Amino acid sequence: MADVWHNGLLALRLLAQNHALGGLVLRARAGPVREAFLQAAEERLGPITKLHPAMTDETLLGGIDLAATLASGEVVLKQGLLQANSRILLAMAERASPAFTARLTRHLDQYGGPMILCDEGATLEEFAPDALSDRLAFHVDLTDVSLSDISRRPAGHADKNNTDQIVDPSTQIVEIAQHFGIDSLRAPSFALVAAKAHAALSGRDTVVSGDIGAACALVYAHRATLIPDSPPPPSQKSESDIGQTQQSQDRLPDDLVLEAVKAMLPDDLLDRVAAAKARGGKGSGSGALQRGNRRGRPLPARAGRRDNARIDLMATLRTAVPWQTIRRRDTGTDRLHVRASDIRNRQFAAKTDRLLIFAVDASGSAALARLAEAKGAVELLLAQAYSRRDHVALISFRGDAAQTLLPPTRSIVQTKRRLAGLPGGGGTPLAAGLDAALLQALTARRKGITPTICLLTDGRANIARDGTANRQQAAADATQSAAQIRAAGIEALVIDTGHRPAEALRTLAQTLSAPYLPLPRANAERLSRAVQTALAD
Amino acid sequence: MTHPFPFSAIVGQEEMKQAMILTAIDASIGGVLVFGDRGTGKSTAVRALAALLPPIRAVKGCPVNSAKAGEVPEWANLESKRTHERPTPVVDLPLGATEDRVTGALDIEKALARGEKAFEPGLLARANRGYLYIDEVNLLEDHIVDLLLDVAQSGENLVEREGLSIRHPARFVLIGSGNPEEGELRPQLLDRFGLSVEVSSPQDIETRIAVIKRRDAYENDNTAFMLRWQAEDAAIRDRILTARKALRKLKTPDQTLRDVAEVCLALGSDGLRGELTLLKAARAHAAWRNDTAITRSHVRTVAPLALRHRLRRDPLDEAGTGARVGRILEDVLG
Repeated sequence: MADVWHNGLLALRLLAQNHALGGLVLRARAGPVREAFLQAAEERLGPITKLHPAMTDETLLGGIDLAATLASGEVVLKQGLLQANSRILLAMAERASPAFTARLTRHLDQYGGPMILCDEGATLEEFAPDALSDRLAFHVDLTDVSLSDISRRPAGHADKNNTDQIVDPSTQIVEIAQHFGIDSLRAPSFALVAAKAHAALSGRDTVVSGDIGAACALVYAHRATLIPDSPPPPSQKSESDIGQTQQSQDRLPDDLVLEAVKAMLPDDLLDRVAAAKARGGKGSGSGALQRGNRRGRPLPARAGRRDNARIDLMATLRTAVPWQTIRRRDTGTDRLHVRASDIRNRQFAAKTDRLLIFAVDASGSAALARLAEAKGAVELLLAQAYSRRDHVALISFRGDAAQTLLPPTRSIVQTKRRLAGLPGGGGTPLAAGLDAALLQALTARRKGITPTICLLTDGRANIARDGTANRQQAAADATQSAAQIRAAGIEALVIDTGHRPAEALRTLAQTLSAPYLPLPRANAERLSRAVQTALAD
Repeated sequence: MTHPFPFSAIVGQEEMKQAMILTAIDASIGGVLVFGDRGTGKSTAVRALAALLPPIRAVKGCPVNSAKAGEVPEWANLESKRTHERPTPVVDLPLGATEDRVTGALDIEKALARGEKAFEPGLLARANRGYLYIDEVNLLEDHIVDLLLDVAQSGENLVEREGLSIRHPARFVLIGSGNPEEGELRPQLLDRFGLSVEVSSPQDIETRIAVIKRRDAYENDNTAFMLRWQAEDAAIRDRILTARKALRKLKTPDQTLRDVAEVCLALGSDGLRGELTLLKAARAHAAWRNDTAITRSHVRTVAPLALRHRLRRDPLDEAGTGARVGRILEDVLG
């Protein structure tokens, strides 16, 4: 872990060398390690301005200082915190709203860095906004670094000796990005700048392969979506290849660099990719945002007199203040003039409740396979649903029809009881199950609840909608039902409980535009974790 | 940064560049919507566009960039009404901007200090006769979207408050960019954009290397780089100006009108805005190519730009709407 720390410091040095690198995302809990890192950052970058995601435009961009203006009777302007040369530290970056993020991206596009995002997200689902982290070159994860690591010397770097000159660093850097499946073009751009900064740190004005290795390791590790295949061992090269080897000597050590980056890949890379993919779709977590004037997170106040709305006193006064001089003159009275048009109402954005509809396949084929496991997973999800105050509904389909075992409820105990008594056996009327889930979802939506359908099946549909045992018709019916669910814009999630992933079910998930989780041989806990990731905020 | 990255130096992304040039030739086409992943050069292109556009003549100091002295609004209180050349305005509308900042409001400074009722123009005024750019347009607050729709339709911004009644022209080309993964755009706003482009990172390695090299040259050898590419930009600018003139003389054969109508009918696009935009875009494209009359090839080139975002969503179609437009074009135009 000492390596992580020292790589972090290296990132800071590179950043101090060239602000065009944007900055770094610092993932760490509050604590002495983070303090030490931030102190190191301040030493290298200069005084840092701290921001937090709840700051208003006036604080960020400047504006009229109302208090001072009123006191002095003259307009006093206040400077914003986002200045051309400011070094920005954003605390709790994982909480930044899109609007706040937009301010900072604009600042980065206009003035460049350096900017440090403190990401205190506890899980993979909480993370700094992508729009910002994509514009910053580095990512430092100090979560597992302990204080004792800081003083420890780093393990020696293998690429210290790589001083071969690189004629065409751009090409190499782009090719390496390709190997790691990095799509954004900002990444290779940053890597090139970082390599040059790294060379400059060592007092060189040409880039050597060690520079590229260090730069790519820092810039690519957290962006990787692929682990490149291991290069063939050099011994396999025959003597006749010597000419070729020599030719590639001037832009040689792709492999070395690949290894350097690979050494820094996070262990949970695949989980991360899965999480990123899952949130890429619409499969977002708790209910949709709903605007209201009663409860929830406060939004900027709006003009207008809506009945029953709560008046935002500060905003109202702020609107009224500029008019005071004019109104006093007009009316000739010296008091506070507030007109109806000044009134600002409070607004809130509240997350609507979420309803998880479990459509569980209890047919013979599934029952044999893993009905018990599916039940276990649902139980674990129920526990999480309870802690999030989600509603839960349970539908099972077997034989020739679907049955609503439990209408939407928050009673977890009841759900558990019904689930335990869920009998198995019979055919798989997949279409009927989907239809029942859709009906339930639409009803919930009319009540202002955001539904998510969680389908657990092995995908071997064999009972058509009309109850006949016809495999082909059954599959066609299921596809049609899935298309209806998607057209209704209802989020869904497909969990394949079969022994082997079923291709037909994957296609069905695509039709639903839902994440597809094949979990052959998964235990209940893994299943539940996968679902949780896919449903995350 | 002194100069933005030059427009002509952007590698690839031909469709996006084409769409922006078409709106520069004929502003009445409407806006451009650019949807795509991060790091594909969306913002770069818009900021480059500002430097590329031909300058306009406007009254000096006029808050709405009026072309003639007679058009300057009264509330501007300008003393001299001499015109000068100024760059085409490209105004950024940030997410979370307040209504006051967008439409304009009471000038707080004058009101407090002197008790005067004066109007302080907002972003809409500044964008008049130019471009209004909204990054992450799909995340824009609903009430700002409504307001923009209203103004875009009427071409006029109306501010009414207690003895302050201001009306000023607000005609602008809307450019929106966003990442579709982060949220969908409301259909009403979608329809307001004349053209739409989907961008993605180039997939072949040569192009990607070229992008990185140019970026590197821009950052490290700025003077030489700008010298080389600003000349290219100037060539595009001249071509835009020529095309604007050519646009007036361009003939539209009846056959083209029929083609356009047939394509839109076959696609089942909502309303007539699709036809109008397709026709205008085809005209602008013909003018850009310096052709004397519109042909089917012009229509074919710009149809995906003009129609892609006007189709009803088909949940069963995985290929995306662009491919559907292509198929229909093949059927109708042969």
